[in-house]
Amino acid sequence: MNAFLATVRRDLLLALRRKSEVLTAVFFFVIVTSLFPLGIGPEPVLLKKIAPGILWVAALLATLLGLPRLFSADHVDGTLEQMALSPSPLGLLVAGKILAHWLLCGLPLVLLAPVLGLQFDLDASTLGILTLALFLGTPLLSLIGAIGAALTLGVRGGGVLLALLVLPLYIPALIFGAGAVEAHIAGLDAGGHLSLLAAMLAVAAFFAPWATTAALRIALE
Amino acid sequence: MKQSIIQWFRFASPQSFYPLAGRMIPWFWAAAAAFGIAGLWISFFVAPTDAQQGEGYRIIFVHVPASWMSMFIYLVMAFWAGLGLALNTRLSGMMAQSLAPTGALMAALSLWTGALWGKPMWGAWWVWDARLTSELILFFLYLGFMALQAAIDDPRRADKAGAILALVGVVNIPIIYFSVKWWNTLHQGSTINLTKAPSMAQTMLWGMLLMALCFWMYSIAVALTRVRAIILERERHTEWVKHALE
Amino acid sequence: MHWNSVGEFFAMGGYALYVWGSFGACALLMVAEPFLAKRRLSEVRKSLIRERLADELETQQRTP
Repeated sequence: MNAFLATVRRDLLLALRRKSEVLTAVFFFVIVTSLFPLGIGPEPVLLKKIAPGILWVAALLATLLGLPRLFSADHVDGTLEQMALSPSPLGLLVAGKILAHWLLCGLPLVLLAPVLGLQFDLDASTLGILTLALFLGTPLLSLIGAIGAALTLGVRGGGVLLALLVLPLYIPALIFGAGAVEAHIAGLDAGGHLSLLAAMLAVAAFFAPWATTAALRIALE
Repeated sequence: MKQSIIQWFRFASPQSFYPLAGRMIPWFWAAAAAFGIAGLWISFFVAPTDAQQGEGYRIIFVHVPASWMSMFIYLVMAFWAGLGLALNTRLSGMMAQSLAPTGALMAALSLWTGALWGKPMWGAWWVWDARLTSELILFFLYLGFMALQAAIDDPRRADKAGAILALVGVVNIPIIYFSVKWWNTLHQGSTINLTKAPSMAQTMLWGMLLMALCFWMYSIAVALTRVRAIILERERHTEWVKHALE
Repeated sequence: MHWNSVGEFFAMGGYALYVWGSFGACALLMVAEPFLAKRRLSEVRKSLIRERLADELETQQRTP
């Protein structure tokens, strides 16, 4: 547990020394969300309808932005190899890094989403469901994304390749996350969607660090 | 007994598999041709005109086999890749690498023929039907696998990384299919169920099965051809390759 | 067999574009793919033969 928390703390400290990297992902989220009304038109009824999808796609893309940096800095200066050789299980350290990634890239999106949702004229209860869905979904995105980041570590064309690998795997999260909000808007119960999202999160929390560790070991060979 | 097992495992080395594959390929082409001729005969000359879809339904005789193969090849590819990862064998990784383009081709054909089926039946070139959408995502998974392997220079690392991706993909395919189906039923108003094939007359079923077998034999023949090329490319510095082309 | 003429067969009851577009694409790709695979195999064989000839020439020149 100590190793896990130490890794989280370390990654947070390192990131906060270079705040701009974290803030870029957040600003990206804000800008992309604003692009859609500009491209589609300001009609409130239409915007309300597409809001869940837009906010979710923007969250996906913003998470993708931060993923290449998950392991690359440590890989370049050799820290990752030290982590692999350390007595603490690599899976634990990886889980710590993923949690730190979520705290830096995912959690700000969760907190910002209600504010952006107001741009789309969503009411308070819908904003609540949106926030909850993103709260369950963004860790899932970080977990799945970590697998992609480990697979493409040090590989040519890293960022775009990472997106190509990871976006198909993000689709279930997108469907259930946006679906929860849409269901709520339509007056239906969002519970089913949210439960499935939570189930996927639970499964990913168990398997993703394991797959990520395997991929890292391959990258470090 | 032990002797015969060892005999089979002999073919796990690229050196022994190369000539074996060379001998097998013509047989698979012959089988593909035989099944293909029989299947096409039934597709065009035996299967009756459908009451609702007229002659247009005949597309299923290529659409369904292509879809089945695209999914089956992904499973086989993931199997070989996973085996290569677990047992650290080279040939399994080569086999997975050679299957990917064929699988991607089948997925692309499935999408193309699905669109051509959808247009006359439902009025649109693309419908967000659960199966077509899942097929599109499967196509992306194939492309991702091929892109990852192409981007990694070291072939062993490419094999292993591809294996992890393929295994993660295999686990995700049912999840993706289930989620897309859910999404599709929710939005039922604007989407159509493309997979409602005409109620299967016996002959239609036979036609589909024969064409599926034809596609299967074809896929094996092409994959074996490609794996021979991959074996030579990756083993070019070994003695046996230098002497194999006498 | 229920086609009254060759013309009818090719017309496919009005669905010609779609049916032949599908079967045609399959035929095209399922001829192109093996062709490309065979070409890849023969390219690598040719390059290996060239390499071997080059090696032989080199050893010949060293020990005339």
